[in-house]
Amino acid sequence: MSVTTLSSPAFVHRQQSWLVRLFDYKPFLIVMCLAPAIGLLGVFLTYPLGLGIWLAFTDTTIGRKGVYVGLENFQYLLTDSLWWNAVFYSVVYTGIATFGKFALGFWLALLLNNHFPFKSLLRAIILLPWIVPTVLSALAFWWIYDPQFSIISYLLVDVLHWRSTNIDFLGSPWPARFSLIAANIWRGIPFVAISLLAGLQTISPSLYEAAMLDGASAWQRFRYITFPMMMPILAIVMTFSIIFTFTDFQLVYAITRGGPGNSTHLLATLAFQRGIAGGELGEGAAIAVSMIPFLVFATLFSYFGLARRKWQQGESND
Amino acid sequence: MTDTVAQPAVADAKAAPDTMAWDSGLRRLMMIYLPLGCFVLILLFPFYWMAITSFKPNAELMNYKEHNPFWISSPTLAHIKHLLFDTAYPRWLWTTMMVAIGSTTLSLIASTLAAYAIERLRFRGSPYVGLGIYMAYLVPPSILFIPLATVVVQFGLFDSPLALILVYPTFLVPFCTWLLIGYFKSIPYELEECALVDGATRLQILRRITLPLAVPGLISAGIFSFTLSWNEFIYALAFIQSGANKTVPVAILTELVTGDVYQWGALMAGSLLGSLPVAIFYSLFVDYYVSSLTGAVKE
Repeated sequence: MSVTTLSSPAFVHRQQSWLVRLFDYKPFLIVMCLAPAIGLLGVFLTYPLGLGIWLAFTDTTIGRKGVYVGLENFQYLLTDSLWWNAVFYSVVYTGIATFGKFALGFWLALLLNNHFPFKSLLRAIILLPWIVPTVLSALAFWWIYDPQFSIISYLLVDVLHWRSTNIDFLGSPWPARFSLIAANIWRGIPFVAISLLAGLQTISPSLYEAAMLDGASAWQRFRYITFPMMMPILAIVMTFSIIFTFTDFQLVYAITRGGPGNSTHLLATLAFQRGIAGGELGEGAAIAVSMIPFLVFATLFSYFGLARRKWQQGESND
Repeated sequence: MTDTVAQPAVADAKAAPDTMAWDSGLRRLMMIYLPLGCFVLILLFPFYWMAITSFKPNAELMNYKEHNPFWISSPTLAHIKHLLFDTAYPRWLWTTMMVAIGSTTLSLIASTLAAYAIERLRFRGSPYVGLGIYMAYLVPPSILFIPLATVVVQFGLFDSPLALILVYPTFLVPFCTWLLIGYFKSIPYELEECALVDGATRLQILRRITLPLAVPGLISAGIFSFTLSWNEFIYALAFIQSGANKTVPVAILTELVTGDVYQWGALMAGSLLGSLPVAIFYSLFVDYYVSSLTGAVKE
């Protein structure tokens, strides 16, 4: 700052230099304040988003500028069984994992909403899976799913004697798919539970007292108070969860890389394999763009969830 | 209710006055502590397994018949030593640290200014700018990494950690801005009006009044950004090629996984060491994490 040029402290605004006055001019200040954020997002988010959609209509490869080819990439994808496979698994993965995360996460949130000792410590421990880098916990799962030295197999075969052979977690399509879903649920539970716990704590206890006076059972209190009151926050958390589960990349890339036999490719890993590893940028971009309709659907879901909140709490509440 | 069951219920009610009267001890045990215990066990087991594998000698790792796999009979530091002295692991840690600090600083500056402009300078359309930035949060990296790779190449930043520092704010800025808007909202506007009356400039107000009051928000946003950049994977995988410039998550997966026989000890040691910085960071600022997580969702 140009404080050194001033004869008196900067607080005396009549003697401020033109620079200080410029920074106090509101329109200029607004532009200056927004410039870094908008600039970064514009250059590295909006522009690539547009570029990605453009690339999807070209035959660009790494090292060669492509030409416009119209819908060719998408027409090719529609005939590509691997793409259909990835769409299928992305939907299955998102569906089952989201259901699992929310069922278990909601349950955990309800449990944490009780009074017991060391509650805050427990809450802190539970968030750990979400804090630790996904790839690193995915590596731990990879090791847990090892065909020979899996600790789960050891438990089932040698300790409990429920099975006679080791489980082949990642060697064949369906077990591999479900193993990945289990890892995703494991990673997603903490986020869902802690977010929903915050929602639970905002529900007024007087509602439960009133319901109990009216003789409502535990299930009725859950069904007619907890669940409707949680609807708005549930909708938001679920939208985020669906978007980031559908576009998940790390878990699958770290554990199976799409194998065995391309059975566990999600759209994101397929896009990476074609676009970056295979060098077909245009085709990879087309696969990435094909995720957008699903994401728009999820966002609309969130919008209606929010609209519902307004309706529940009255118009003025924002 | 029989007397035997009612007894613990009374003790329980003393410990926690809000407990519903009919919650007997046994019921509480079955309905709360048992499921909670299972949750904690399952959520923590992979970390236990990661930690115990890191200190197991290879002979024990591959032999469940003679050694109980849940425990270590002769712990060893060989895997960690291998990691620190025979691989570029310290270098990867350093790169990751620099990238995380750089991108966190950049996003904090950008989002503080943006949040201040949106919430405090209030201009026509400021809610829409806020909404636009929020929408940016909904664009997942998975649909951006391919075009971003070409952008990074155009800028001549391919294979440079600087690319990551510049790209990570795309998912950090929306989150931080949203969080800080919430914090700025909670600071009484009258304070700023007083300062305006006293002749302070807007930047002085931001620096001397708003920012000091928003410190908890800044810490939340900062630690969150640090964690997210530390954990980021897909951009680092796509934009960095040379082994020395890789971040920890990418390097472990691409440099340490070699051949058909996996070095599980070294891999798990690498995962453990790579998780430790965020875990320590997390343990120091737990409350900020929880408040930022829930705050961002509630907004």
